[in-house]
Amino acid sequence: MNDNPVFERIQSEIEATPVVLFMKGTPMFPQCGFSAAVVQALTNLGIKFKGVDVLTDPSLREGIKQFANWPTIPQLYVKGEFVGGCDIIREMYGTGELQQFLDEKGIEYAG
Amino acid sequence: MAMDGGEIERMIREAIPDAEVQIEDLRGDGDHYAASVISATFKGKSRVQQHQLVYQALQGRMGNELHALALQTGVPTEG
Repeated sequence: MNDNPVFERIQSEIEATPVVLFMKGTPMFPQCGFSAAVVQALTNLGIKFKGVDVLTDPSLREGIKQFANWPTIPQLYVKGEFVGGCDIIREMYGTGELQQFLDEKGIEYAG
Repeated sequence: MAMDGGEIERMIREAIPDAEVQIEDLRGDGDHYAASVISATFKGKSRVQQHQLVYQALQGRMGNELHALALQTGVPTEG
């Protein structure tokens, strides 16, 4: 799993920030409906997160899929742990589980 | 690129034989599907692990030929 140099970069991203979303586009301008849906859920909960745009770097776009053994983007990481893609986050948001999970992890709310 | 709904179902069933699979072609374009997969083999697994099993069943098609598959997984309800 450590054979891809981009893994190191991903690892430092998810360790440096509590909530990181690897996405297409930016939180302000998502370039894909699935990424936009996750941004929306996090924004509705008032969660502070960092968006990492995979479209700016093809090695990151492919690398993140191998990193989590997950074939699609977006991917949400909380405290270094992969939580899910769009379907899982939407489902967790709908049931209130996402907020509960983020609270348990002690995640900060934005302003 | 598109993929036939029956093919998706077949691949999932082949990898997870007891799976109850429902496929819906969301736009009728053979490219945007929703799938519900219920199987006892998901018991005790996290959502991420359950979805990984389904993606594994699709042998790399997800994210390639298969652009959009909204996935919902679960275990059969008892009783």
